[in-house]
Amino acid sequence: MTTLTLGLAQIKTKLGDVAANLDRHLEYIERAASQGVQLLVFPELSLSGYALLDLAPTAARKPVAGDPTFGPLLEASRRMDLVVGFVDEDVRHRFYISAAYLSQGETVHVHHKVYLPTYGLFDEGRFFAWGDSIRAFDTRWGRVGVLICEDFWHASPPYLLWIDGADLMLFCSASPGRGLGQSDKLESAWWVEHVNRAYASLFTAFVAHSNRVGFEDGLHFWGGSTVFDPNGELVVQGPYQEESLVVSQLDLGQVRRTRTRLPLLRDERHALTRREIERITAGDDGARDKG
Amino acid sequence: MKTLSENLQIDPAVAHRILVEFIHDEICRTGLSRAVIALSGGIDSALSCALAAEALGPQNVLAICMPYATSTPASLADARLVIQQTGVQSETFEITEMVKPLIDGLPPNQQKRAGNAMARARMIVLYDRSAGFNGLVVGTGNKTELLLGYTTLFGDSASAINPLGDLYKTQLRQLARHMQLPAPVQQKAPSADLWIGQTDETELGFTYERVDQLLYLLVDQRYQPDECITAGFEPEFVRQVIEQIRRNQFKRMLPTIAKLSNRTIGYDFLYLRDWGT
Repeated sequence: MTTLTLGLAQIKTKLGDVAANLDRHLEYIERAASQGVQLLVFPELSLSGYALLDLAPTAARKPVAGDPTFGPLLEASRRMDLVVGFVDEDVRHRFYISAAYLSQGETVHVHHKVYLPTYGLFDEGRFFAWGDSIRAFDTRWGRVGVLICEDFWHASPPYLLWIDGADLMLFCSASPGRGLGQSDKLESAWWVEHVNRAYASLFTAFVAHSNRVGFEDGLHFWGGSTVFDPNGELVVQGPYQEESLVVSQLDLGQVRRTRTRLPLLRDERHALTRREIERITAGDDGARDKG
Repeated sequence: MKTLSENLQIDPAVAHRILVEFIHDEICRTGLSRAVIALSGGIDSALSCALAAEALGPQNVLAICMPYATSTPASLADARLVIQQTGVQSETFEITEMVKPLIDGLPPNQQKRAGNAMARARMIVLYDRSAGFNGLVVGTGNKTELLLGYTTLFGDSASAINPLGDLYKTQLRQLARHMQLPAPVQQKAPSADLWIGQTDETELGFTYERVDQLLYLLVDQRYQPDECITAGFEPEFVRQVIEQIRRNQFKRMLPTIAKLSNRTIGYDFLYLRDWGT
């Protein structure tokens, strides 16, 4: 397929009220369908709200057809592919900040957030387990990768997705706005937009970012969802702070045109990267290699 | 590299937009839609009032002026300018009779105790009126005074939500200018008006401009004390401000609970105020 109508569901959520949030998801799916959206990406923890703290266990849901929350979403995924944010609980009762890619009634892929910010205002590591893998997966638009917020504040996960074949990266965030200064943009927005553009440019891939809006206590989520193309050009940006369904047409042929001109992927030497990482971390007592 | 005063420059339009939405969102999610504010005639409460009026509609904001016998008449006049400009509902309730018995019984030269009593009496009126008006108390404390502890515990620091708590005094002035608050409110010397002739900067012993420059480095930028001295602040001033921040941490916390159980409020019973909304 050479074009993709991509939707970013820049929504508010109700903290800890999964049923209410499910209704909001279904509402946005309806709206997206009327605009011909083929893939709709919801933000981080879109089904539960973000600052769950001790609510985390109660907000967990299973991405299977029998689950009362995922049942309707899997059904809806027959109309368009979906990425939804939720709390996943594994068989050993560890909880993960997660994103599920749903397509044609199936859960195609679940990503567990690997990097959990536990500093400053963030306390994710207190309530959640760290994810253990970074994997691209196949869709009818090619190989895709999903990351959640802090995951792309580290260069390594997008790099791994790129090496694993992803030409479309979907980032899902619940990013609290911070850094008021002279600019007409908060520092958090500037930083995130900056790195999104850099990843799109460096990996010559489409990079889409779905960020939520609304407040939880005094934290506000700033929206401003974006899509950057393989040239690092901005395709679309959602408004700051407002709920919005941000829709864009991606010309997937741009990947080929950019990589013909700028074959960074072709020339990338991952064997060298692996050798050097092994050299750098060899003989470590584990201090440098967090593994 | 930015100068010390450039560090405190903000884009007031950004703050304005976020704070209006903050007030609207944080109040309406509780099922209420109104606000009550203690309007003193000073710049902080004027700002809270103007932001709330914009967020909720002026008819949904009740500004309460609560003079004491010794309050400067100009304060009330300035408050009236704000009421006029914003179109909010208003009430004037003189607190003298509420606190005079307490204050008259104090030993001589207890201005601070008397001032605190007035601040707490205002809190009583505010919370009562919030029940009658069916709204939430919107606070007026700024980041400078919260860090330095220049507040009365359970007095002026009592509120449901505080839109100004992450703005330094110097930044509030920029926001006030942007929102075109009445000129007398913008220009006068900040004062808690708890006794005749009181001004904040005389009581603190330094200007807001100077202390905000230091607080921005210490708090926002996490400078070490010696780095602040290198940046041009007097060692004694740095030491004094650090100590004042530390000594007043209790004003920013819930009362300390002794942990006995496996799950204790304030330690491991962790939910947001906005739980379920």
